[in-house]
Amino acid sequence: MPSIEFLGVSKSFVRHSRGRQLLRAHLTALLRPAPKDRFYALRNISFKISHGENVAIVGANGAGKSTLLSLLAGLAAPDEGSIHVSGRIAALLELGSGFHPDLTGRENLFLNASLLGLSKKRAEQIFDKVVEFSEIGDFIDEPLRTYSSGMMLRLGFSVAVNVDPDFLIVDEILAVGDQSFQAKCFGKIAELKRNGKSLVCVSHSPAVVQRLCERALWLDHGELLVDGKTEDVLKMYEGQSTLRTRVSS
Amino acid sequence: MWSGNYSFVLSNLVMKDFKVRYRNMSLGVLWSMLNPLVMMGVLTFIFTKVFPNPSIPNFPLYVLCGLVAFNFFSIAWVTATTSLVDNANLVKRVAVPRQLLPIAAVFSNCIHLIVQIVLLLTLVVAFGRGVNIHWLWLPVIWSLEVVFVCGLGLMFSAMDVYVRDMRYVVESCNTILFWLVPIFYFVVPERFYGLYQYNPVTALVIASRYILLDGKAPPNTLLYKLMLVSFLMLVLGVLVFGKLKKRLYDHL
Repeated sequence: MPSIEFLGVSKSFVRHSRGRQLLRAHLTALLRPAPKDRFYALRNISFKISHGENVAIVGANGAGKSTLLSLLAGLAAPDEGSIHVSGRIAALLELGSGFHPDLTGRENLFLNASLLGLSKKRAEQIFDKVVEFSEIGDFIDEPLRTYSSGMMLRLGFSVAVNVDPDFLIVDEILAVGDQSFQAKCFGKIAELKRNGKSLVCVSHSPAVVQRLCERALWLDHGELLVDGKTEDVLKMYEGQSTLRTRVSS
Repeated sequence: MWSGNYSFVLSNLVMKDFKVRYRNMSLGVLWSMLNPLVMMGVLTFIFTKVFPNPSIPNFPLYVLCGLVAFNFFSIAWVTATTSLVDNANLVKRVAVPRQLLPIAAVFSNCIHLIVQIVLLLTLVVAFGRGVNIHWLWLPVIWSLEVVFVCGLGLMFSAMDVYVRDMRYVVESCNTILFWLVPIFYFVVPERFYGLYQYNPVTALVIASRYILLDGKAPPNTLLYKLMLVSFLMLVLGVLVFGKLKKRLYDHL
């Protein structure tokens, strides 16, 4: 059964406040390892996502949401703890990620499909479906730099959902799609869910979160504050943010 | 974690590099021929007219053997070195195996190499040196060169992510190498000659001259050295890359 499991995962980054280091600093660091100035983006995170479960990650800017997704997608490695993933993951972490502006939509589609792990045969099979879903039409043979951000999203999302992932990971990018395309995406995500697939998404829109996900994780300063039903988590999250606004004003 | 079709990704990445480079150029792949031809012309002019060197017959061919090998090596090494930084958006956003990026950079330069090899072979025949059985060695020695650059590319691309000066280190090394590889000269002190052949670029140049100009098989010791250093470099590259791979994301 496809699943994702985080066990006591921490992730830190070296602070770059001193600027890029010169050779001398590299050498002294090599000879005398000093306790490094590290910033913890995530601290001791544990959770499990089973197949067919849609999970939202909420939290303020800089809470570690995107870092969590990049660990999930296998882009970064954790410092501590372990991550177990079984099943195919398709991640849409940024608009146009994995696309090249000088290639046409068609070339990018194949490049992207191959990056997501498809064979040439599978990529050719899904080609028509992807183009149809994206409603890009003749623009598929135009270079990507001529696309609007909405069109880029359409292409990226269409590829990602049509490679039939067990886990679709989306970072706050549906926002640039128009209403009709968003509705279409929601429909597709619901269809994936019925087929036992999962969505893991980051969103700042409570309406989107509530509509798509039954479970939510609330991250705050790199820690997993609450893990529960979307309604409950959102209520607490929103309550806390209004509280903060009141306190600061 | 990533399970997919390596050859399909690799071919797509190679095509991406290649198309992106040539899409907006009117001469396209012709540049691959023009550049070595111009260099060949200049060096031939200097060493047959300005400083005549009668000890080397067929000087243009002699130079071109050196230029084709050196050009491929130097450009492939630099593009492989910067491949991870240049493709930061892929490394940070797509879970594709990272080692494919420097490899794809080397392979996309192989397209130029093939164009230049065709040019070289055409000129060899045009100069009246016929085709001989030893030409069968050519794919072997050029493949070893690709193996060597892949090793270097893996190692330097990962290091370039941590220390961005790598690009300039590589470019400086290439400048020095232009003089260390026998592109337009012949005389090397006897006692250094054995050591000198351990440089795979040198070995390739010497071997290709044996085959194309003298119509002889390259000596075994030369081939062993080429093979040894190329595969050692590949192993070293894979090891260094494996060691540095984990934190690539954090430094891009």
